[in-house]
Amino acid sequence: MPGRAWKLGDNISTDEITPGRYIGLRSNLSELAKYTLIDTRADFVKGAREGDFVVAGRNFGMGSSREHAPVVIKLCGIRAVLAKSFARIFYRNAINIGLPAIICDTFKISDGDTLELELSEGYILNQTTNVRIEFPRMSKTMEAILQEGGLIPYVEKKGDLLLA
Amino acid sequence: MRTAKTLAEKIIGEHTGNGSASSGEIVIVKVDYVFSHDASGPLLISNLDKFPSGSTISNEEKRRTIFFIDHAVPAPTKELANDQNIVRNYAINNGLVLSDAGNGICHQVMAEDYASPGNLIVGTDSHTCTAGGLCSFATGMGATDISVAMKLRKTWLRVPESIKIDVGGELGRGVFAKDLILKVLSILGTDGALYKSLEFCGSAIDDMDVYGRLTLTNMAVECGAKTGLVQSDSRTRKYLEENRRGEGWRELFPDESAGYETEISLDATELEPEVALPSSPDNVRPVSEIKDVKVNEVFIGSCTNTRIEDMRVVARILNGRQKAKGLKLIVTPSSRKVYLKCIEEGIVELLLSSGAIVTPPGCGVCFGALGGIPADGDVIFSSSNRNFPGRTGNPKAQTYLGSPATAAATAINGYVSDPREFL
Repeated sequence: MPGRAWKLGDNISTDEITPGRYIGLRSNLSELAKYTLIDTRADFVKGAREGDFVVAGRNFGMGSSREHAPVVIKLCGIRAVLAKSFARIFYRNAINIGLPAIICDTFKISDGDTLELELSEGYILNQTTNVRIEFPRMSKTMEAILQEGGLIPYVEKKGDLLLA
Repeated sequence: MRTAKTLAEKIIGEHTGNGSASSGEIVIVKVDYVFSHDASGPLLISNLDKFPSGSTISNEEKRRTIFFIDHAVPAPTKELANDQNIVRNYAINNGLVLSDAGNGICHQVMAEDYASPGNLIVGTDSHTCTAGGLCSFATGMGATDISVAMKLRKTWLRVPESIKIDVGGELGRGVFAKDLILKVLSILGTDGALYKSLEFCGSAIDDMDVYGRLTLTNMAVECGAKTGLVQSDSRTRKYLEENRRGEGWRELFPDESAGYETEISLDATELEPEVALPSSPDNVRPVSEIKDVKVNEVFIGSCTNTRIEDMRVVARILNGRQKAKGLKLIVTPSSRKVYLKCIEEGIVELLLSSGAIVTPPGCGVCFGALGGIPADGDVIFSSSNRNFPGRTGNPKAQTYLGSPATAAATAINGYVSDPREFL
């Protein structure tokens, strides 16, 4: 299922994805999600549709460890986040909640492009430009966690925390 | 496989079960301490409830599982009060450690009461790496990772490559660990150490007391690093003894021919007080290059600084002077212990006389969840670690970062100022 690209810049912090001033909504995640990227991309929450993509530059999700950042992005219907690179904690958090975080050359994607993700094949097709963007496989353990839909289902299935 | 080890390889290796870990390897490690707080605790606790019954932990493990209430204290809204009760009640009902509102910022209390050299520590806060100043391998993770670590007492890690930051010379008058880490940030940038460990060494680090080392490692994450580490030596021992934890000390150094991915050499003698300009902690200039920046609010607080040694420097600079007219000066000691010491040494009285608001220990102004939110167009000068857009609660305000000394000088003059003027 193709989706729209929501293009962002480099170094988007978790303070921009889900600002600390909305901390009072952290136990009401669907309400918190209404303020996703509010200061950076005010049209995102209204415009995002199920199956869309967040597409960023370098070091996406830098800053705090708040897992609420990938959680609200997922709640906005986003199928996957694509970036040139990810901040370490955001990357783990996204995979841990079953949101694909894909490291690829996002230079070839513009805001509003229509994308198709072939996760197991390892490429994204930019239908707008007809460019195919390949990406390297993530580590085996992360791939297995993502396949189970996140870390908790993965641990439940294995009965323990084991490397894949 | 290389046998000479970095600090990260040594400490992780002691937690893998087979005594070995080399950079690049993915390993499962046993954790010594696991913690969370009021900002991530409710999400984490909702995960813990999903675990199948039967995964119980020992009493010793319970004593090493800590819930802090520090991010917004005292609770400013009923929603946050309710969230804090979720955390408070979970800790009490399950026999875990509760560090309640007013006790202090998690990273400061971890340093005072728990972290020891060689420990492996994980917490739901990106600044968990602060404990690296005591030579613990400590790293921040999200609620899901930490819920698994709490239940199973282990986590998985990729053993990081290390970047050696070799600091020769000595820090000059008015120049502190904060200025040094801002300088490092200006070199590495906010993603220059992505997934890596920063290892600080050299004569300036040998001469630095633990309070300064904690400031260095605190901001390792601002360079994208997994953690920051400093050797455990006689200064580490002194700090632990002062906190009545001398028995937790052990000497710990990297091996001489350990393999580093990169080495950065700096001369501390050449450093000036440094300032990070809006809106990124790597946007750093020496204070002498910053002219006529009027400031509306000064925040002296956060896990980066405001240990007692920082407060003493602030007191020395204020020294009976008044804050600038119309400027808001907010000071938040990092823990109850620090607060008590400030009272004992007359620092609180001095701060209040200078026109400061002194708040209870906690994260305070740093991340915009409590009081001290700036007005539209305000400029904040903060001793904290981040100045990302919107960080302090108002996207229409701007934040500068610097040492507590530079913050105190700025509070007196009302514009970004060199603390050496007052020292």
